[in-house]
Amino acid sequence: MNQRLIYLDNNATTPTDPRVVDAMLPWFYENPGNAASRSHPFGWKAEEAVDYAREQVAQLINADPKEIIFTSGATESDNLALKGIFEMYSRKGNHIITAKTEHKAVLDTCGRIEKMGGEVTYLQVNREGMVDLKELENAIRPTTILVSIMWANNETGVIQPMKEIGDICAKHGVLLFSDATQAVGKIPVDPREVGVHLMAFTSHKMYGPKGVGALYVSRKNPRVKVTAQMDGGGHERGMRSGTLNVPAIVGFGKAAEIALKEMDQDTQRLSALRDRLESSLLKLEETYVNGNRESRMPHVTNISFKHVEGEGLMMTFNQHIAVSSGSACTSASLEPSYVLVALGLGDDLAHSSIRFSLGRFTTDEDVDFTIQALSKGVNHMRDLSPIWEMYKEGVDLENVSWKQH
Amino acid sequence: MAYSDKVLEHFKNPQNVGTLDKSKKNVGTGLVGAPECGDVMRLQIEVDDATGQIQDARFKTFGCGSAIASSSLATEWLKGKTIEEALTINNMDIVEELALPPVKIHCSVLAEDAIKAAIKDYREKNGIMEPIEATTKSTH
Repeated sequence: MNQRLIYLDNNATTPTDPRVVDAMLPWFYENPGNAASRSHPFGWKAEEAVDYAREQVAQLINADPKEIIFTSGATESDNLALKGIFEMYSRKGNHIITAKTEHKAVLDTCGRIEKMGGEVTYLQVNREGMVDLKELENAIRPTTILVSIMWANNETGVIQPMKEIGDICAKHGVLLFSDATQAVGKIPVDPREVGVHLMAFTSHKMYGPKGVGALYVSRKNPRVKVTAQMDGGGHERGMRSGTLNVPAIVGFGKAAEIALKEMDQDTQRLSALRDRLESSLLKLEETYVNGNRESRMPHVTNISFKHVEGEGLMMTFNQHIAVSSGSACTSASLEPSYVLVALGLGDDLAHSSIRFSLGRFTTDEDVDFTIQALSKGVNHMRDLSPIWEMYKEGVDLENVSWKQH
Repeated sequence: MAYSDKVLEHFKNPQNVGTLDKSKKNVGTGLVGAPECGDVMRLQIEVDDATGQIQDARFKTFGCGSAIASSSLATEWLKGKTIEEALTINNMDIVEELALPPVKIHCSVLAEDAIKAAIKDYREKNGIMEPIEATTKSTH
């Protein structure tokens, strides 16, 4: 029936919108200029295009264009924000607060900062994946220079209470950075409104091209500065050197413009599709949604199918449907998803999880097909599963002495 | 990561899935792995008392495609073998046959462990002393 491969892994990356591709094309050959070339029309045109894209991106998050620093993507933006603040504010202190469910680009950067003499507190999250506000406030010390909390989680879609977090940071005079990679372009994100001073996001999660992202850096109340992590021509107000990737930036701008215009309709359509997918799959026995279901991105659901291993399950349909799993077998480390483990899921449930992330190009038929394929796959894998058989026989799996290998 | 054709073949058409009556004296059951580790393998053998040959072998596995393929292959190899012959099945034979990548070697180790555990269970049930042997230690 379905000939094409159904793509439900939009949290990994999104297809580039054809309208974005069209906007980019003239900036490869016809207009090849370097935006930093001040002496000829090629350069002027490129600079104009970058300025326009900067406005489009700024509008999406209700910021001033001067507050947008173009980077190569969210990983670079995370690095620049964390290391840049750590260096710039070293006289004020060396303590950073973050959470255990952050993206590796934040966690590993914090690990590096610890090696450079910084101190980092990693907050727990509750069963729903939410940061505890009291725990956050209690963690703030006189030496705390930055709180880093992601806007929405990539694995569960859980949205953190950014306004409340912003209020706590404002009360204690601490800067707040947010990795908003999964949120920007999909839900309304306004850093100034909630008290976020620095914010990382990227183009390829919002139907723009890969290889370009941005760091929002507040210019007013307070005026924030980060130490550049790359030395060179002093582009991007000295915060990020390197020739601007003009076609990609133009595409990023176009993607931002479309996202702003179509956000409401996309959200409505995708949350209805997601809810239908989720409620249909929850009709299968012993199936659980991971993370808070109210404060959550509209296009994401993360479901554990108990007693079925995620990678094996994916193999039953991955010729037709692309999703991802928190199973250890999908990672090089052979450890299950640290995000799901941080939520307090047993390792067994983490191994059994599948993340579905819908997108602008997901159709009704895609969801119908996925519901059927998943139901079939889960039943098939349970027929193969000794622990499903034991569970059905009423064996208490907690009290089996497993021979761990 | 792409799977080898042989893994895909066993995954799509797993051989000898099922459950033998573990209360029978000539059935040996091995249950290895743990749900927390992401793989559990149950492998059973039924031994013909007269000939000493494994007349039937069945498995059920909770795990990834390579774990399922490893156990499917193991049951195929076990059928018709004597216990002594079965004990010579080495995890690296499975790795080679299925072209498992390094990250999936533990699946083959698990299958070998499951064979040994099933044989141990059969021998214990039948009062057969286990000969002293160098059992392969899993490396992780």
